[in-house]
Amino acid sequence: MARQMTGAKMVVQALKDQGVDTVFGYPGGAVLPIYDELFQQNDIRHILARHEQGAVHAAEGYARSTGRPGVVLVTSGPGATNAVTGITDALMDSIPIVVLTGQVPTFMIGTDGFQEADTVGITRPCTKHNWLVKDTDALAETIHQAFHVATTGRPGPVLIDIPKDVQFASGAYVTPKQADTRHYRPRVKGDLEPIKALVEAMETARRPVFYTGGGVINSGPAASQLLRELVDATGFPVTSTLMGLGAYPGSGENWIGMLGMHGLYEANMAMHDCDLMIAVGARFDDRITGLISAFSPGSKKAHVDIDPSSINKVIHVDFPIVGDVAHVLEDLLRIWKSRGRKTDRAGVKDWWAQINDWRKKDCLSYKNASRVIKPQHALERLEALTRDHDRYITTEVGQHQMWAAQYLRFEAPNRFMTSGGLGTMGYGFPASIGVQMAHPEALVINVAGEASWLMNMQEMGTAVQYRLPVKQFILNNERLGMVRQWQQLLHGERYSQSWSEALPDFVKLAEAFGARGILCTDPADLDDAIMEMINHDGPVIFDCQVEKHENCFPMIPSGKPHNEMLLGDAATEGAIEDGGAVLV
Amino acid sequence: MSALKIKKGSTSHSAYQLRDPHAEASERHTLSVVVDNEAGVLARVIGLFSGRGYNIESLTVAEVDHTGHQSRITIVTSGTPSVIDQIQAQLGRIVPVHEVHDLTDEGPSVERELALFKVAGTGDRRVEALRLADIFRANVVDSTLESFTFELTGTPEKIDAFAELMRPLGLVEVARTGVAALSRGPQQAK
Ligand SMILES: Cc1ncc(C[n+]2csc(CCOP(=O)(O)OP(=O)(O)O)c2C)c(N)n1
Ligand SMILES: [Mg+2]
Repeated sequence: MARQMTGAKMVVQALKDQGVDTVFGYPGGAVLPIYDELFQQNDIRHILARHEQGAVHAAEGYARSTGRPGVVLVTSGPGATNAVTGITDALMDSIPIVVLTGQVPTFMIGTDGFQEADTVGITRPCTKHNWLVKDTDALAETIHQAFHVATTGRPGPVLIDIPKDVQFASGAYVTPKQADTRHYRPRVKGDLEPIKALVEAMETARRPVFYTGGGVINSGPAASQLLRELVDATGFPVTSTLMGLGAYPGSGENWIGMLGMHGLYEANMAMHDCDLMIAVGARFDDRITGLISAFSPGSKKAHVDIDPSSINKVIHVDFPIVGDVAHVLEDLLRIWKSRGRKTDRAGVKDWWAQINDWRKKDCLSYKNASRVIKPQHALERLEALTRDHDRYITTEVGQHQMWAAQYLRFEAPNRFMTSGGLGTMGYGFPASIGVQMAHPEALVINVAGEASWLMNMQEMGTAVQYRLPVKQFILNNERLGMVRQWQQLLHGERYSQSWSEALPDFVKLAEAFGARGILCTDPADLDDAIMEMINHDGPVIFDCQVEKHENCFPMIPSGKPHNEMLLGDAATEGAIEDGGAVLV
Repeated sequence: MSALKIKKGSTSHSAYQLRDPHAEASERHTLSVVVDNEAGVLARVIGLFSGRGYNIESLTVAEVDHTGHQSRITIVTSGTPSVIDQIQAQLGRIVPVHEVHDLTDEGPSVERELALFKVAGTGDRRVEALRLADIFRANVVDSTLESFTFELTGTPEKIDAFAELMRPLGLVEVARTGVAALSRGPQQAK
């Protein structure tokens, strides 16, 4: 006989049975019964964000750094609408989160009741799936199904809208095992036929490259392990998207750096000139491909992805393989080994010689300065001084984000949390809170821009309340730097609204919240200041005042092919006047 | 001068480049989608089409399995072959979608649509309307002394043709159901 309990109790029971230990949320009228139940137990910790968007990004940070779903609880109406940006962010980056929203009682739905919003309507296009539960008897099963959908196949955000009367009423509880999840079973094993064809292509490829993405990390630690084995056994070069950094170690022998709009010269050139591209858990995003019609014109392309709709969406591929990355890589490795571990050694050797030649461009070189802190330098020092820590990095969105991806090194998956698909300013700070919750002992740093950071700065309250020692490393250029860069390069140097005016004194701001503030303006003080930040046992706002007009290079301007990259000032100095030589 | 050699103050350059519309020809396809008949499922399907800019030429839906609570949605859409493939894949991602079939691609199929035509007129025009209706095997389902309402079932082309003929004869209004379609042969679409 199924246990009877109220809907509110069921929510808490279902979360416990799903193994949830942390919920990020914000209370309100329509979720009060659930908050009442949370109050009366100790297994689940609730983290009170200061804005529902913050709660969702925190849950994303928790999810991305652990591989387990993040959980959010917010009220109806404004609680739900405030969560929409975070939910969309999770959809774009395939992050498993479960959002529980309160709703007006069922008998009031449709009457424009107080704090009523059509939450399932509003979130239909930004969730993987959502449910409005009108019957307490269906609640527990729906929650279990929601966890199943969020974490199975291509992960993503799901939402369950729970009217208040459903929370008060009693119904029958079912456990995760009893819940029916049969219908949603995306395939994980790839077809052997195209995998074999890919192996044959790998055996004869002269200029192969692995192009890996966030799907490798989403697939779990086994996928990263198998990728490493495959890359090292074949000796093929490997590049990755922003989302996939860490799946193959940044210190690994075959690593050629991040690709894409602000990726490394050698990585983009390798993509352009390869004869076999093996895309693994990546989706040919426009930041990656540049001009589609000129994308890697001479290559055969394989694409491993769990989502059939990702395949042939933007780029036509020759070997489409629908399946989970870990499963497919396992088969791929097994077949390749059983056929004698063949590669075209001479061809691949020449290919590496070519790549090493491209490397000589030293595309990340920049002109350092002694009077002013260059943002790249700040990140190089941050990297050097934190490399040996158990370190997790989040970022906001802008130039600093790209510099973080370029100058920090990621040795393991789940260590780099950044808003890739949606590009959400305001993501990094709350995400760092979620990461720190999941990893209390780790060093968690949010590499931020001053403008992005202000977008969710209210979360200082959360960091201080829960004593989360998150480090807010703000590369403060007093500019919406990335916007300014585009205006300089592409809009005739008309700097429309790209200043950060009336900035707060970040040190005083930190102190006002009861945290530590550190100001650094001189390159000579940088190392000491960073060490002070690392050693302070508590949240820190680090106001790193950097060069205001630095541009982020390399850069493939929108709509240009990979081999028309702009290189940095150091490499192109003089070339601009020369004319013609700028576009390498 | 900026790195891209755009003159200061120039407005002729934009960072945004429209995607090259690969000059593939657009095709008309009929998709048959089996879904759980749950709240919001039609909104999900329609939202997918509007959100991603796909066309809907016609759409019909009704529960076809009352015990299993499953509905069949028949969608006539048009797009290049790669867009049609993408539509199929995107439909397949919707959680309550069980099956997606491209009836146009998967072998022979039958398509039927039902339409009602209200035609008003007297004298010769009225007689001619009735005569043509007979040729098209349309049924009279309502009549007054100065009007008929015809019911016609057939392919969309047949219904278009009938509408064209009725127009000069006093066509007042038309209601069409949209296409229902199934694959030919003894088995379920596979
Ligand atoms: C919510 C949101 N609004 C606007 C943008 C557009 N945008 C992208 S980068 C950027 C500037 C970011 O400035 P800052 O955080 O200071 O970073 P910087 O580029 O200076 O390093 C803006 C406005 C965005 N990505 N997200
Ligand atoms: Mg800035």
